[in-house]
Amino acid sequence: MPAQGEYLGMPVYIDDLDSESRAFFKHCASHQLHLQACNECNLLRYPPTTACPWCACLESTWKPVEGRGTLYSYGEVHHAIQPAFRNHTPYMIMLVELDTQKGVPSEHEALRIMGNLATADGDLAPPEMVRQVGIGSRLRIVYKDIGEELSQPLWTLDETAEQPAQPWRYAIE
Amino acid sequence: MVQSTIDASSEKYLRGKYAIVGVGETGYTRGSGRTTRSLGTHAIRNAIVDAGLKPSDIDGMLSYGFNDSTPSPTLAGDLGIRLNFYMDVIGGGSSIEALIGIAIGVIEAGMCKTVAIFRAMNGFSQVRIGGTNRQGTVAPLGGEDLFSRGNGWMSAGQMFAPSFMRHMHEYGTTPEQVAMVKVIHAENASNNPKAYYKQRVTVDDVLSSRMIVKPLHLLDCCVETDNGTAIIVTSIDRARDCRHTPAKILSVVGRCCKPRGDNHFQHGPISRVAGYYAKEILFPNAGVTPEEIDVTGSYDAFTFTTLLQLEDYGFCKKGEGGDYVSNGTMRLGGRRPNNTSGGHLCEGYTHGIAMVIENVRQLRHDADDSCPIGPDGKRQHSYDYREGGCRQVRKVDLTANLGWATPGQGSALVMTNI
Repeated sequence: MPAQGEYLGMPVYIDDLDSESRAFFKHCASHQLHLQACNECNLLRYPPTTACPWCACLESTWKPVEGRGTLYSYGEVHHAIQPAFRNHTPYMIMLVELDTQKGVPSEHEALRIMGNLATADGDLAPPEMVRQVGIGSRLRIVYKDIGEELSQPLWTLDETAEQPAQPWRYAIE
Repeated sequence: MVQSTIDASSEKYLRGKYAIVGVGETGYTRGSGRTTRSLGTHAIRNAIVDAGLKPSDIDGMLSYGFNDSTPSPTLAGDLGIRLNFYMDVIGGGSSIEALIGIAIGVIEAGMCKTVAIFRAMNGFSQVRIGGTNRQGTVAPLGGEDLFSRGNGWMSAGQMFAPSFMRHMHEYGTTPEQVAMVKVIHAENASNNPKAYYKQRVTVDDVLSSRMIVKPLHLLDCCVETDNGTAIIVTSIDRARDCRHTPAKILSVVGRCCKPRGDNHFQHGPISRVAGYYAKEILFPNAGVTPEEIDVTGSYDAFTFTTLLQLEDYGFCKKGEGGDYVSNGTMRLGGRRPNNTSGGHLCEGYTHGIAMVIENVRQLRHDADDSCPIGPDGKRQHSYDYREGGCRQVRKVDLTANLGWATPGQGSALVMTNI
């Protein structure tokens, strides 16, 4: 059965043919991040792919992964193009580097998860929260349920982690 | 296997054996008032006339676009051209350099003799690359869309922003340095009567323009325009019978990718762009070094794309792009001018082909600025680069075009007039 839902007023429809995406977001619906692990080289990968980017093995197994990491880079959107995001500016588009498998299999590789900055409830972050976050900020994953077997992962400040005194932000606020 | 060890450079028997012999444009406007069929037909016809050829001399055609253009057979039919070869491909930035390579290949294979390559787009009036879905009609988000559009991560500026931001973080590149790309391209454009934006700007103008997506202000982004543009590629033997000094093609590369292709964010450093890999093909095949290049055309969809490419193609050390773009090197009269037409930031948006056209004109020593035309029909260049003046580079034998699709995908071209 295809997964259907709605997020910020945008219809969502994941066809059964897209089994990799279907599985990823179905795991998100259980509020536990799962990534594909290669059945041969055991490396985790993101986003979902058909084959292993390192050994081309076609078989993989979904494994639970801790949803904690560090902000690797970001953009901060002040002019939203999509109507769904116009009432949420500025919003942060982020690459969050997971603690898991960082620097593996080579120095500059890591599991860098795409997402927006959000409150602990999974709502897009208000401007005062956006101003607190920069490269180096410690983040944890949160989820917004958007349909049956369908949740969107987002990121919020990790309250339990030690935060950098001054995360790196673009020079002009 | 380490990707960077793959050697795609080849025997050099095609170096200098093909050339660009004709260039054609329409105006660069916002509101062309005509179809892409009309824009493309005018541009190709202008290129044929420029080359001193007849339509019947053309028997190959290539184009690129995003279903926002008109197919080659339609334009060929309009011009009475019977094609032995054509291909219309999907693609924007970095297509043109790769298509020039394909044109060389199909001529070499005996499939046709002379190829017209065009890009026709109503990039402002019809399909705006930077503003798709502006009107709010939303196609359902599929699985892969949830990662991108579902995160409000869709336009080129949004997609590239993390690569730019990481460069600032790692190397201390400043907003003021990046803004200098716009300042210099605007200086060049002020000497280009065709440019859509001809007015000069200051660093403060760039930094005080409204923020689009950090680190990009409005003036860090290129202008969306309507235009038709075309070039003609043929063998050097046929080129000698054409009207102008041939722009000989020394090498092409593209569309060259970083590891992980579309998911290049997964393989860092993310501020490294495809040119890091492309240069290992481009310069050995051309038989020249970056230091020898006189003029660059570095794709400026954004100020930052120019900077990252110049750096990774080896025009300066990695991390020193901020200094390179702001120290005067890229100015007219500087050591290595870049985008002498004003580029996409100022002249108009063509997905890269206009920067190739400009370098062909530079190599002919025939930049179409405001200098007077002498009795021999040639422009009498003054090399006075003040506003409204000359934009011909005094000494130019070697040019490089650096085409950008995304941080992870690019193409490049080296040409000479020797």
